[in-house]
Amino acid sequence: MIKRIRTSKLLWPVLALVALLILNGLFTPGFFHIEMKSGRFYGHIIDILNQAAPVALLALGMTLVIATGGVDLSVGAIMAISGAVMALLMSKPGVGMAAAIALTLALCVAAGAWNGLLVASFEIQPIVATLILMVAGRGVAQLLTQGQILTFHNPAFAFIGGGSFAGLPFVVTLVAVWLAITAALTRLTAMGMFIESAGDNATSSRYAGINVRQVKMFVYAFSGLCAGMAGVVIASGVMAADSNNAGLYYELDAILAVIVGGTAMSGGRFSLTGSIVGALIIQTLTTSIRAQNVPVEFALVVKAVAALAVFLLQSDAFNNMFRRGKAGA
Amino acid sequence: MISKKHIPLAATMAVFLLLYAGASIAFDGFFSWGVFSNLLNDNAFLGLAAIGMTFVILSGGIDLSVGSMIGFTSILIATLIRKNGVHPLLAIAAALAIGSALGASMGCLIAWFKLPPFLATLAGMFFARGLGLIISMESIPIEHGFIRSLGDFGLRVFPVTTIIFLAAIVAAVYIAHFTRFGRGVYAVGGNEDSATLMGLSTSGIKIGVYTLSGFCSALAGAVYTLYTSSGNATAGTTLELDAIAAAVIGGTLLSGGVGTIFGTVIGVLILGTIQTMVTFEGSLSSWWTRIAIGGLLLLFIFLQRFIQRKAQGGKSSRQ
Repeated sequence: MIKRIRTSKLLWPVLALVALLILNGLFTPGFFHIEMKSGRFYGHIIDILNQAAPVALLALGMTLVIATGGVDLSVGAIMAISGAVMALLMSKPGVGMAAAIALTLALCVAAGAWNGLLVASFEIQPIVATLILMVAGRGVAQLLTQGQILTFHNPAFAFIGGGSFAGLPFVVTLVAVWLAITAALTRLTAMGMFIESAGDNATSSRYAGINVRQVKMFVYAFSGLCAGMAGVVIASGVMAADSNNAGLYYELDAILAVIVGGTAMSGGRFSLTGSIVGALIIQTLTTSIRAQNVPVEFALVVKAVAALAVFLLQSDAFNNMFRRGKAGA
Repeated sequence: MISKKHIPLAATMAVFLLLYAGASIAFDGFFSWGVFSNLLNDNAFLGLAAIGMTFVILSGGIDLSVGSMIGFTSILIATLIRKNGVHPLLAIAAALAIGSALGASMGCLIAWFKLPPFLATLAGMFFARGLGLIISMESIPIEHGFIRSLGDFGLRVFPVTTIIFLAAIVAAVYIAHFTRFGRGVYAVGGNEDSATLMGLSTSGIKIGVYTLSGFCSALAGAVYTLYTSSGNATAGTTLELDAIAAAVIGGTLLSGGVGTIFGTVIGVLILGTIQTMVTFEGSLSSWWTRIAIGGLLLLFIFLQRFIQRKAQGGKSSRQ
């Protein structure tokens, strides 16, 4: 049992999160204070859960992409498109909310599938293939909203990003359900194994009869779907679509969350729970720095240093340096 | 006539000439010395960053930190001049040194600890942007006799910023094609294992490449500061994308080993021409620039893909 815990991939991310929380508890007065107001909890911890949601959603899709040895840079741009389409549809009379969300998400799946097509069928490097949509996608979103910030009003839609469910922000439930669905899709079927296999060695996977192309198509389309959901959550939270800023730099946070959560950039084995923990770590860092009354800009520097530390801890070269002295290692 | 190696470069040149000719026909006053001179000057800082990026990509890596580095060095130079009364030349020298040092640190992480370049420079990107914003959130205008005399000097033929850009192009072409280091960069990008077996110091070359890119983006920051006469910590946001796009459109393969500095410069000019065309048109909005760049990227990536497949003699290129 102890060995299982010690060798678990989740050990370091969870320890890091706990350490961060303890540090916060020591230095930020009232960090763990949670108060109940009109059937809803309030406090720093709740804020972290709430604000980590978009990155957590992105990270779930990104985990699968990274597990196949790829990366998806376009998620931020897809979020902007998602928000823009959502705002356009909601401002049209006669379009129901469910239909609007379904149409938006379908578009985002199509955008993701386009990435998948470039990577899987045309064999373009993932960084380059998704770079195209990253550059052009934000332009498309700006085109849709004509560079304006589109605002709209719909109390039912506001519930997604701002409502509460069981005392917690609704997005927490959303992320939990989406994590469960993603886990079921990958772990209860052979899909997860196919993804890991494609990431480990695409050639031998093909010889083993795995349709690597389809697997890659699936993960990029899925990442598009996750980005679409994150875009809907953000648009719903602020009741507006800001194509210039929505989702800007989110792709980087999502990648960081996945790597911090223990999935290697080189592909292969992945951990969905780890990525969620990673998203929480990043948000806790940001929130705790803000709570220290230091300028928000420090968050960027601290994030950079923390990320580097994690990358180094995971790198073989770094670990070998310290193991060299030990016998038999 | 043209060897297969030069088809992407020829295509890039053709696109640039077609774009420029088309714009000259479509818009009155486009075909003029003023517009061309502005094209060079407005894109000098992007060009400098793209040159550094080209070396990195040639070696098989990527540098996401160039945009943030421009913001950081720009605000650093402005602050040193304005608040600390440092002479502009000294401030720029300090910025170049710090930029190179930051680049070298990323290079060490990549070469010694085998961190993926994507991740190491991603951390560098956050780090540099954060440092810049810590120095000052507001943009700082600079006013200094030396900078004014630089401006007066520049009125004769080219602004100083353009001269720096042109000098950097010459220097970069020399380094890439006529020095041992340049050949080493191509060798490492072509096949790192064979480069090592040939006895090349791959770590040294990698560290050198990121140091060079750090230097180039710091120089780009200095040029940006001279160009706008102010320092701004948010300068160069998402500029790394444009720099990568310029390199790819210029015929550099992102897998490394193939590409030219000259191609990248043409790539930068193509991006600049699109921008100028959108400005001339007037009714087109700025987002069309992004969409056009995305479309061009796609076109050139397909072209490269096509040539690569042909080069492999119709064999399946899948690995």
